[in-house]
Amino acid sequence: MLKDITFGQYYEGNSPVHKTDPRAKIVLLIAMIVFVFLANNIFSVVFAALSVFTLMYISGVPLRMYAKNLKAILPIIIFTAFINVFYGDKNTGIVFEVWKLTVTWGGIYRAFFMATRIILLIFISSALTYTTTPNDLTDAIERLLSPLKYVGLKSAVHILAMMMTITLRFIPTLIEETEKIMNAQKARGADLENGNLKQRVKALIPILIPLLISAIRRSYELAEAMECRCYNGGEGRQRMKQLHFSFRDYIACGVVFAVGAVIILLNILL
Amino acid sequence: MEKIIEVKNVTYEYTDEEMKIAVLRNFSLDIEKGSFTVILGHNGSGKSTLAKLLNGLFKPTSGDVLVDGINTKDEETEIEVKRRVGMVFQNPDNQLIASVVEEDVAFGPENLGLSSEVIRKRVDDALKTVDMYEYRKSSPHHLSGGQKQRVAIAGIIAMEPECIVLDEPTAMLDPKGRAEIIKTVTQLNKEKGITVVLITHYMEEAENADRVIVMNDGEIIADSLPKKVFSQVEKLKNVGLDVPQTTELLYMLQKNGFNIDTDVISIKETAEKIKSCLEE
Repeated sequence: MLKDITFGQYYEGNSPVHKTDPRAKIVLLIAMIVFVFLANNIFSVVFAALSVFTLMYISGVPLRMYAKNLKAILPIIIFTAFINVFYGDKNTGIVFEVWKLTVTWGGIYRAFFMATRIILLIFISSALTYTTTPNDLTDAIERLLSPLKYVGLKSAVHILAMMMTITLRFIPTLIEETEKIMNAQKARGADLENGNLKQRVKALIPILIPLLISAIRRSYELAEAMECRCYNGGEGRQRMKQLHFSFRDYIACGVVFAVGAVIILLNILL
Repeated sequence: MEKIIEVKNVTYEYTDEEMKIAVLRNFSLDIEKGSFTVILGHNGSGKSTLAKLLNGLFKPTSGDVLVDGINTKDEETEIEVKRRVGMVFQNPDNQLIASVVEEDVAFGPENLGLSSEVIRKRVDDALKTVDMYEYRKSSPHHLSGGQKQRVAIAGIIAMEPECIVLDEPTAMLDPKGRAEIIKTVTQLNKEKGITVVLITHYMEEAENADRVIVMNDGEIIADSLPKKVFSQVEKLKNVGLDVPQTTELLYMLQKNGFNIDTDVISIKETAEKIKSCLEE
């Protein structure tokens, strides 16, 4: 059933990565990506790769789940690597020349680095989305952005978070509704599966219009319901769930920054 | 008895294509604290408009609605009114805000700015009251209609209102879901002492009420105990409403020459009435 698909790709688990504070995870994700891109010699890249594989192992998410994400982005990696092959310094040695294109050793080296970095980047961000529920992510983003309220963006932060919450809540509802409308239109003889692209796009119109109308109607009712529950645009709002930065989170931060330090040292020393 | 809501000479009009249409005209009604009132009426009888007037979602064109003595027209005390009079709507899907049950129930108390411990306690209590505590971590879209509606009710009682207005809360539910909701609402009234205003077009749901109000064309045409209202079979039929099947049966017997009253509702009472009638 369509409604069983969940937004995001949370993988149920109980690993230390799952238990880490979502705010810490987002910040550390960004830090890790920066470190991976800082790694500029073979030793530091290998070290970064080993750290990322360790993270993947600790997360307890099966390797094939990571591979699945990688597969989706593979064409981009190949394309990037392919382009990079031609951009090396000619002094590093020419492998072969075709017409005006020159493949150099430097280029191959560069392509290898680029591909490795993108792959690691995918793995790191997958580790975040597999171990954090969409709700926790939304919450964490709201709290991480909250300093923006001191520069006069208070309501903006709240509105963004509220929009994300409502989006998450209504995706399954609207998918279910789409299914209903599709069935209703099929029962009236609509042909959704056959025909060329133009015909199929046209066949979508009788589905999208009722869906849009119903979504607008829902939004009116939701607004009324929110008003009835004393919603006042986030002013004076207090949250039930408080996030606590625990000992575990400090350790996680420590480990990630140690990895970063090692990568930088390897860059300088070797 | 103390009054929780007073509707005083209210007229409510809306404008449709520059035509002014009055839904309610010079309408007055008092709701007593701790009572269980059922409002019945056909589509277009003005009952939903009345519901939205009770907590200030709609403001009267003229006249006043007072909640605990606070006028709903007053912008500054709007939150106070909504905190006292909670409202549950027809479609449970369009009332739930968060994708986790307990977070949704927390939405109301969070808006009131309570401390997180107090919110936690209220959420747990509210979910236990509607018997949905074990589903607190579930996602609403995995629940049945009746369960979702109970979560919506929990979201309202977590704000600890004095009165709950339910606008056709069972219209989109199956018979099982309807029974669950009516049971929950009755419990809230009898055990927690919350004033209940239930708007519906299902007669059977009025069985437990202290007071039944029948509306037609923006006017009250009957206002009394359930038994008394339902015994006016002719009058109800004239405004397009059905009476409970038991009352209908007694009415038909009476019409066909049996010496029997039509002022009972429950199946048991009806059976006894027929029995004693046959014994005579």
